[in-house]
Amino acid sequence: MTDRTAPSVDELKRIARRMRVNLVRMIGAAGSGHPGGSLSEVELLIALYFRVMRHDAKNPNLPDRDRFILSKGHGCPALYATYAEAGYIDSALLNTLRKLGSPLQGHPDKRILPILETSTGSLGQGLSIGIGTALAAKLDKRDYHTFVMVGDGEVQEGQNWEAAMFAGFHKLANLTCIVDNNRQQLDGFVKDILDPAPLAEKFRAFGWFAVEVDGHDFEQVIPALEEARTGKAGKPTAIVAHTIKGKGVSFMENNPEWHGIAPKPEQVQAAVQELEAAVV
Amino acid sequence: MGTSTTVKTKFELKMGVATREAYGQALAELGKTNPNVVVLDADLAKSTYSAKFEKQFPERFFTCGIAEANMVGIASGLALSGKIPFASSFAVFLCDKGYDQLRMCVAYPHVNAKFCGSHGGISIGEDGPSQMAIEDYALMCALPGFTVLVPSDEFSGRALVKAMAEHSGPIYMRTGRPKAPIIYGAEDSFQIGRAKVHGTGNDVAIIACGLLVAQALIAQSQLEDEGISARVIDMHTLKPLDEPAVARAARECGAIVTAEEHVLEGGLGSLVAKAVALSTPVPMEFVGIQNTFAESGAPDQLMEKYGLTASNVVSAVKRVLKRK
Repeated sequence: MTDRTAPSVDELKRIARRMRVNLVRMIGAAGSGHPGGSLSEVELLIALYFRVMRHDAKNPNLPDRDRFILSKGHGCPALYATYAEAGYIDSALLNTLRKLGSPLQGHPDKRILPILETSTGSLGQGLSIGIGTALAAKLDKRDYHTFVMVGDGEVQEGQNWEAAMFAGFHKLANLTCIVDNNRQQLDGFVKDILDPAPLAEKFRAFGWFAVEVDGHDFEQVIPALEEARTGKAGKPTAIVAHTIKGKGVSFMENNPEWHGIAPKPEQVQAAVQELEAAVV
Repeated sequence: MGTSTTVKTKFELKMGVATREAYGQALAELGKTNPNVVVLDADLAKSTYSAKFEKQFPERFFTCGIAEANMVGIASGLALSGKIPFASSFAVFLCDKGYDQLRMCVAYPHVNAKFCGSHGGISIGEDGPSQMAIEDYALMCALPGFTVLVPSDEFSGRALVKAMAEHSGPIYMRTGRPKAPIIYGAEDSFQIGRAKVHGTGNDVAIIACGLLVAQALIAQSQLEDEGISARVIDMHTLKPLDEPAVARAARECGAIVTAEEHVLEGGLGSLVAKAVALSTPVPMEFVGIQNTFAESGAPDQLMEKYGLTASNVVSAVKRVLKRK
């Protein structure tokens, strides 16, 4: 994206609201899916695709495009909704989510949706793949950046720390890990199950530059992502984005029950009403 | 896949280098001709022989430390970016510790990444069962879209590594630790999915891979002295299996013995049995590891104790001929 066409923060907020409405509707129509962790990552995805990343919906294979890997693959409804907003896919596709024959599979599947950088869904693996794309950029002397989004429950997987050790040791400044720190996982609150906190300190100990932001505040998210993209830290960047699982739908917020169930039709209606009534 | 190729028979036992060393030699050659080839290892480069590549192309070599899962993921990312990664470790660590990653990051998105598990089987000897891969290629054959190779000597090893680089899609190769008897020459060519047939015997077919090919060839000579004519099929590609070669063997010989350094569950024998059942059902016997871990010992002692020698192949042939 160039500055000339970059939407204002007010416009981004309107996109965020529209995406949340789409998310609730598509997961409702699918009858299954992960609304909580999709709603928490909305601003992070919008900041990436509308302000920070170099990409072109008309040329999705652009060799110098920035790479985005959704390691927390269950959050894919938000990525699909972002693709629709950014012009990669037709919005009409969103309601085919999880249906037989749809490119919008229950978890991201590159075989069927080639604009994905890769397939994900088994937690803990995206950061390693991102190291691979970041190393390839260095070998090819290309300046694209790789962004990987993980969940704070997901970092319980040990492979993340193998990857963190490698990326820090090799000072991969062209790699950024965004933690969607929504504090919940399937079985409950992360702090009660296996608390990885303090996350920023852990990344720093592994040789990363780490910052913490409010993951729903564009004024914090965008500068942090832009700074990471410059690679000026001389090492990989971890952005611990504090978010609210189920953000924007009051009956879903901070309730782990909404990790992996779909809203019923009347709940969809209530959620959409609330989202549309909210002041942005 | 076309028809399998027949090569000369009458086997003389002459030792060559280990297939793992052939892997390293071929990688170093590939590095000269293909700038997209990159190599990764998980702190076993001296043992897998990927160090031969590292020495010549350090800028294209990534040592990942003792972290196989991360290594497989990195290989996937490199492949997604147009590189041709070859990642190696001991087969047991690569396939068992890296299995979810081989499944999710490699097989499922069908990326063009290559993997080599060295120290396949029990012939690694003294280090014992924790280091012995006895189930690696069953695991790898179970992954949709993976090609699986088990070379039997240094010539087939080098040729198949080159074929790996030319083939598009995920491939696993198993190599072995001990020196392997020479079966082929530099003039022999190898195609993925196309078996090598030794001899035209039609009393029985012995289908083998890896170190058991040499044992099968020794058995072939012994059987010939007893008036039993056997053909030996070197099934260097387990997946996709050369089904026409198996079907022809079943039809022309009427009895099959398989021989492998791997557990029988899900191994070469299982794959051949399926192909036989679907073409011409004939009696079969299986030489392989019988639902057990091995132990420390000299490689030759272990191969004998666990029933993986030419004499075990001969016995299996005699059993199967009685059922013909």
